Amino acid sequence: MVKTPIRFTLNGSETALFVDGGANLLDTLRRGVGDLSPKYGCGQGTCGTCTVLIDGEPHLSCLTLAETAEGRSIETTNGLANGAELHPLQKAFMENFGAQCGYCTPGMLMAAKALLSKNPNPSREEIVEAISGNICRCTGYEPIIDAIMIAAGQLRGRVA
Amino acid sequence: MTVHKGRGFACINYPIGMNLGGDPSQALVHSTPDGKFMVSLSAIDLGQGMKSVTRQIAAETLGVPVADVYVDTADSDTGPHDMGSFASRGTHRVGNAVIRAAAEARAAMMEAAAEELEVNPADLDTDGEGNIHVKGAPGRSITVADTAIAAQFKQGKTLSGRGIFLIPTSEVDADTGEMTPVSCFAHAAVVVDLEVDDETGEVTVSEVNSAYEVGRALNPKMVEQQLIGGAWMGISHALYETTEPYYPNRSHGPQDYNTYLMPGPGDVVPHHIAVLERPAEDAPFGGKGPGEMCANPLLPAVANAIYNAVGVRCDTLPITPEKVLRGIQANGGAQPREMF
Repeated sequence: MVKTPIRFTLNGSETALFVDGGANLLDTLRRGVGDLSPKYGCGQGTCGTCTVLIDGEPHLSCLTLAETAEGRSIETTNGLANGAELHPLQKAFMENFGAQCGYCTPGMLMAAKALLSKNPNPSREEIVEAISGNICRCTGYEPIIDAIMIAAGQLRGRVA
Repeated sequence: MTVHKGRGFACINYPIGMNLGGDPSQALVHSTPDGKFMVSLSAIDLGQGMKSVTRQIAAETLGVPVADVYVDTADSDTGPHDMGSFASRGTHRVGNAVIRAAAEARAAMMEAAAEELEVNPADLDTDGEGNIHVKGAPGRSITVADTAIAAQFKQGKTLSGRGIFLIPTSEVDADTGEMTPVSCFAHAAVVVDLEVDDETGEVTVSEVNSAYEVGRALNPKMVEQQLIGGAWMGISHALYETTEPYYPNRSHGPQDYNTYLMPGPGDVVPHHIAVLERPAEDAPFGGKGPGEMCANPLLPAVANAIYNAVGVRCDTLPITPEKVLRGIQANGGAQPREMF
C-alpha cells in the first residue's frame, strides 16, 4: 500500500511519519506515534473517548483521516500535564471523583479543555453541551460536570 | 397532551456476596526491604475503589501509614485465589481476607521489632506513622523501615501474612427447611420523581432521593460516587437500555451506541443521598460496600412512579415510550393512581 508522509505538531512537538492511505488519526497516534492517551472505544464516533484537539477544536480521532492532520496542531491528554504538575482539569477530576474506570476520561478532558479555552466561565448547561458527545458508564456525569466547573474557576484565578 | 407527575418508592435488602457458604477470597501481604507493604489480590478494581479500600484496611490493620501500602491486583495466574469482583462482595469478602493477612504480617513485624529492641512483642505498639515503640515509653522505638531491614538482612525473616475469608456452609433445617443464605445484608430505600407525557409516552426523571445503609462507609467519597453513578445505571436500565427490545424476538436489537440508548450528561437530575452507617459485625471495620445495590432499587421505583403518574403497570424492562403508550391506550387514557 502506498504510504503518505505527514507532519504535524503533537502536544507542541514536531512529529513526522508515514501513514497508510485511509488510516485514521486514532490508530496513527496510538500505533504510529505511540501516544496511547486517546482511547479506542466504539470506533465509529459515538462514544467520544478518542477525542483529541486539532487546532484547538475537539475532533473524534477515530473518524478523522490521518492525512487531514497535515500541518495541524494536535493535542492529546498526554500533553496536559506540565512535567510532574497536573493540569487543573486533571487535578479537579481526581479530587472530585470525576473518574471511576477512567476509560472515558481522556475524551472528557479534551472536550473540557476545548470548552474552557473558548469559554473560561461556562454555565453547567454549556458544560453539558460540550461533553454531550462523550459517554460515561460509571459516574452519572455529575462529578465530571462539577470537576470542570471547579477547574474553570481555578484557571480563571490563574489568569487574573 | 398532558404531562403527569409521578412519585415511586422502592426499598431493598441486598445480600452481600454469594449465598449458601463458601465464596472464598484470599490475600497475601509482605513487606519490601524498605518497610513498605504490598498487598497481593486477585480481586480487581473496576473503578469502584477496591484498591483504595483494601489499602486503607491493610494500613489500619498493620498500623502503618496508608502511603506505605501498595495493592497489587495482579491476575488470577499469579495472585492468590479470589472468586472475583462481583455480587457486591469486594469490600466484605476481600476486606476480611486482607485483615487476616495484614494481622499475620503485623505479628511478624512486631516480633522482628521486639528482637531488635530486646523486649517482648506484646509490649510493643505502632503509632500509625511508621514507628514501633514500647508501650508507655515512646522513646524506645524503631522505625518500620529499620524493622524490615533487620528482618530481611539480619534475622533472615519475612514480614508477611496470609489471609483467607470463607463463609461457613449453611445447613438446611430438616424440619422447617430454614437456612441462612447470607450472613450480611445491606439496605436501601429510594424515592423517584418523574414526569410522563401521555402523548409521546416519554418518561423524564426529575429527582432522586435515597437512603443507603452500607455498614460503615470506609471511604465516604467513594461510597457517594458509587451511589450516584450506580443510580444512573439503574435508571438507564429502567428506561433505556436493552439488547433485545422485543425479546424473545431478536429483531430491532441495537447494533451500536447510535441505537443502544444510554443517558447522557444532559439527563442528570439532582440525587440527594443519606448514608446511614450501621457497622456490620462480620464486616471489615463494619463496611459492607454498596455494590449492585446502587442500581437495583431504582428500577422498581421508576416503575412505581410511572404507575403513580398514568396508571400503567409495566412488568418488562426497559419501560419504553411504546410500552407506556400501549398501556395508556389499553386503560382508555391516563389514570393517575394514588400511591401514598
